[in-house]
Order: sequence, then C-alpha cells, then structure tokens
Amino acid sequence: MKSASRLEKVLEKGEFAVTSECGPPRGADAEVIQKKGALLKGVVDAINVTDNQTSVVRMSSAASCFILKGMGLDPVLQMVTRDRNRIAIQSDILGAAAVGVNNILCLSGDHQVFGDHPKAKNVYDMDSIQLIHSVRKMRDEGTFIEGDEIKGAPKLFIGAACNPFADPFEIRVPRLAKKVAAGVDFVQTQCIYNIDKFEEWMKGVRDRGLHEKVHILAGVTPMKSVGMAKYMKNMVPGMDVPDEVIERMKGVPKEKRADEGITICVETIQKMKEIEGVRGVHIMAIEWEDRVPEIVERAGLSPRPDV
Amino acid sequence: MIVGSRKPMEEIEAMIDPFERIIVLGCRECVTVCSVGGEKEVGILAAELRLSRKQKGRAIDILEFSLERQCDHEYIEQIRTQVANYDAILSMACGAGVQFVAESYPEMPVFPAVNTTFIGVTEEQGLWTERCQACGNCILHLTGGICPVSRCSKSLMNGPCGGSSDGKCEVNKEIVCGWQLIIERLKQLGQLDKYEEYIPIKDWSSSRAGGPRKVVREDLRI
Repeated sequence: MKSASRLEKVLEKGEFAVTSECGPPRGADAEVIQKKGALLKGVVDAINVTDNQTSVVRMSSAASCFILKGMGLDPVLQMVTRDRNRIAIQSDILGAAAVGVNNILCLSGDHQVFGDHPKAKNVYDMDSIQLIHSVRKMRDEGTFIEGDEIKGAPKLFIGAACNPFADPFEIRVPRLAKKVAAGVDFVQTQCIYNIDKFEEWMKGVRDRGLHEKVHILAGVTPMKSVGMAKYMKNMVPGMDVPDEVIERMKGVPKEKRADEGITICVETIQKMKEIEGVRGVHIMAIEWEDRVPEIVERAGLSPRPDV
Repeated sequence: MIVGSRKPMEEIEAMIDPFERIIVLGCRECVTVCSVGGEKEVGILAAELRLSRKQKGRAIDILEFSLERQCDHEYIEQIRTQVANYDAILSMACGAGVQFVAESYPEMPVFPAVNTTFIGVTEEQGLWTERCQACGNCILHLTGGICPVSRCSKSLMNGPCGGSSDGKCEVNKEIVCGWQLIIERLKQLGQLDKYEEYIPIKDWSSSRAGGPRKVVREDLRI
C-alpha cells in the first residue's frame, strides 16, 4: 500500500469503488461540512473536497478535509495549481498529510475569470501533471521538488481528473498516459452523459493497457432540471451532454424531472459497472448530497465493503 | 514588437490637469508600428487636448515631438534644451520608454499616455495579438514553435486542460486554445509523439519571478 487510504484499499481489493464530493461553504461555518459529511458517511469510500471550485472563494479544502477526517471519513484533498506556487503547494501537502488526509486530487483548476474575483492574478507555477509528479516524488523519493530531504514524507494516494470529452479528442488517451507516467494512482473522469464517446475513449485506454496501470473512476452528475442540463451542455467548457438526455428530461412532467435525473444517473452507473477497465464511480451531486445514498443504493453499490 | 493601446482621454486629462505647458512625446519604434504612439498619434492626441482645454476655457501650450526611440539615451538627449520650457512630459512610448525619459529628466513629471499591453505581432491590419511573455527560458523547440506560456491562458506546460472545447479556450470563445495549436502543429510536423514527453516544472527564475532582469554583454561594454 502506498498510503493509509480507504479508497486505495477498496480499489486494491478489486471492489468497485464509490466516491462523491462535497463543496465547502462560502463562510466559516464548520457545521455545513459536518452535515454534508454525515449524509455521506458509510455511503461512499472517499469524499472529494473541492478547492475553490469555479474560482469562487470558499472555506479551504484542507481545513474542510480535516473536519471530515475527524468524523471518520476518508477525504480527498482537491488541489488546484491556480492559487498556490510550489512553496505553498508542498507546504499544504505536508499539512494535510500531518492531519491524516490520505488522498489528493491534482488539478489545474478553472480559470479565475469564472469566479467571484475575476481581477485576481493566477499563479500556475506548475500544471496538474507537474503536480502529480511532485506529489509522487514527495511520497516515493521523500524529497521536495528541488531535492531536499523531507523528514516524514506525505503518504498520499494520488489522483487526477481526466476529461474524455474535451478537445482535441485524439490526445485524450495520450494525455491519460502522460498522467500515468507522471505517477497518478487513480483518475476521476468528467461527468459522463455521452456514453458512446466514453466507451470509445475507454477502448483507446484499454488498447494501451492504461486501465491496468491506473484506477479509472467514471464521473456522474445527476441533473436536477432541464435548465441544468442545458446549462451543462452550453455553458460548461469540456462537457458533452447529448440532446437525447435533454429530451428525456423534457419528456417527464416538471415535478418529476429531478427524479428522472437521478434515474438517468443510476442507469449510467449500472452501464459503467459493465465497462472493462472502469474501477469505480465518482458521484458529483452538486449541492444535492442528500440524494447520494439513494443513488448508491439503487445502483446496487451498498453496503460498501469492509476493508 | 511591444504592443500598446492608448489610455482613455479622461485619464490622460486628469494626469496633466495641473499643467499648462507640456511635451507630447512620441516614439518611432514599436508604438509607431502598432499605431498608438508615433508621430501621427502625437498629433492627434495634441489636437484633442488643445480642443478640450479650449472648451474648458483653459490655456495649454503643447510641444509635439517624436524621438527615434525612447529606450536609448542618445535620442532622449535630443529634447534636453526644450524640456526647461515645459512643465510636464506626456510620453506615448511603452512603459520602458516612459521610465527612461523620467530617469533622464528627474525634475520633470513624466506621464504615460499608453498602456503597454504585450509583446506581439500584427496578425491582420488593425489586429495585434500576443506571442511572448519574455519568460527568459524559451521552450518553443519542444512545443511546435507555439508558446504555451503566452498562448495558454493558464501557461500550462503539459496542456491542454479539460476546458479546451472546439479548439477554443474556456476563458472565452474568442481565444484559440494554445495547446490545440501546439498539437495541430506537432501533427503537421509529424511529431505528435512529442506530445507525450513530460515537460518538467519550469524554472521561472529567469522570468519576472527572479526580480528585475538585465542582460550584460561584456564583449560590447566600453
């Protein structure tokens, strides 16, 4: 084992893993995180904690992870390279590991223009692949980026995001290969609505044997409404929502559309379980954490295994 | 070249408001090529300032003058005799020119009439676009001749990010994804295999991160 991560244990045991996420609040109220954590406790194997997602200022991911850790959960520290240079990043990694965080997700992060502080200066001292490389070096070689020895290396299970739907499509498999070569242990994909395209990408992944080298967790997000589906399709860069999905949502009465969104999500998970090389699912129920237990249950993924 | 854009009239007027005798100082280098601070633009700005002052019933005496360059001592010296007759200099050069003029005439208020925007090219008539951020450590040989530092909105060394869509950047659809361009060029060159080469974390000490920079050529020093 590379870490004390529950997620790593589940995956190494060959179980189909389930992760979810929780977004920290826009304030200093720890109770918000505790409530979200309580909803997901025992339901999923690990919980991603987003890092100022969409560049909107929120409670720090590391502090939120610490709160969840205290509740006996296995948080995944999401870390973007947008806001911190290599000094701050390595420092935060040491701090997170010291308080018992076992997982990290290495991201470049949304551009600050999307957020509440569009006049901010970004950092991008490194990119997501360089972050993977750096965390792996810290863990396995026990050294900082510049080579100095770390006294007490951070034992983190290293994750990354992966978008099979972004352009150009032809480099989407090579890009995963690049992350694997940098030392990633698991990836969570962008929300999957276009299953045909995802299967095409997975075939490319299998052709290169990458599914044997990295744990691939398929990303899903339940739609709450037709408006949300349209927003995801048209406004979120790198998101692929086929018209059939929107039509299906439209085809049910308005008051039943949220339930239909959950059903689509459950069906997608069931399809993911059948795809060779998919090792788990990552459920991103945006401000809808209370429906995650139902999704996991209906997808036949509960109870979670003892590891 | 260094590309600039002229500051709004209100901002310029506010800067020179206390003064009645000013030199509007153009530069015949980059800012002439990008039509923002050459002899022609000096004439236009001076005319606008005179008209505005006239409408306000206030006097202004403007000397219109353009130097070969504002980034070389020998040219800046050409205005030394006139400077004593004026209260302020409004420079239409890039930020380097404005500062060098100010260094030469430390008693004289020197103001910028131009925002220096980037190092770029004339892509089309009337369209200038950025190509270089002067990071001091060129990697164009690794990236198909297209710079990820200046062309990718996040300066990713191993892009593209997940926000690349239809060849456009997530920041807005007007921006071409720099990594899409790199990949297309590598393909044209038959070097797409290079895409999978990991570009290590960059040494930014040669960029602005290392503080103000200088180049010393001992072979040229007197």
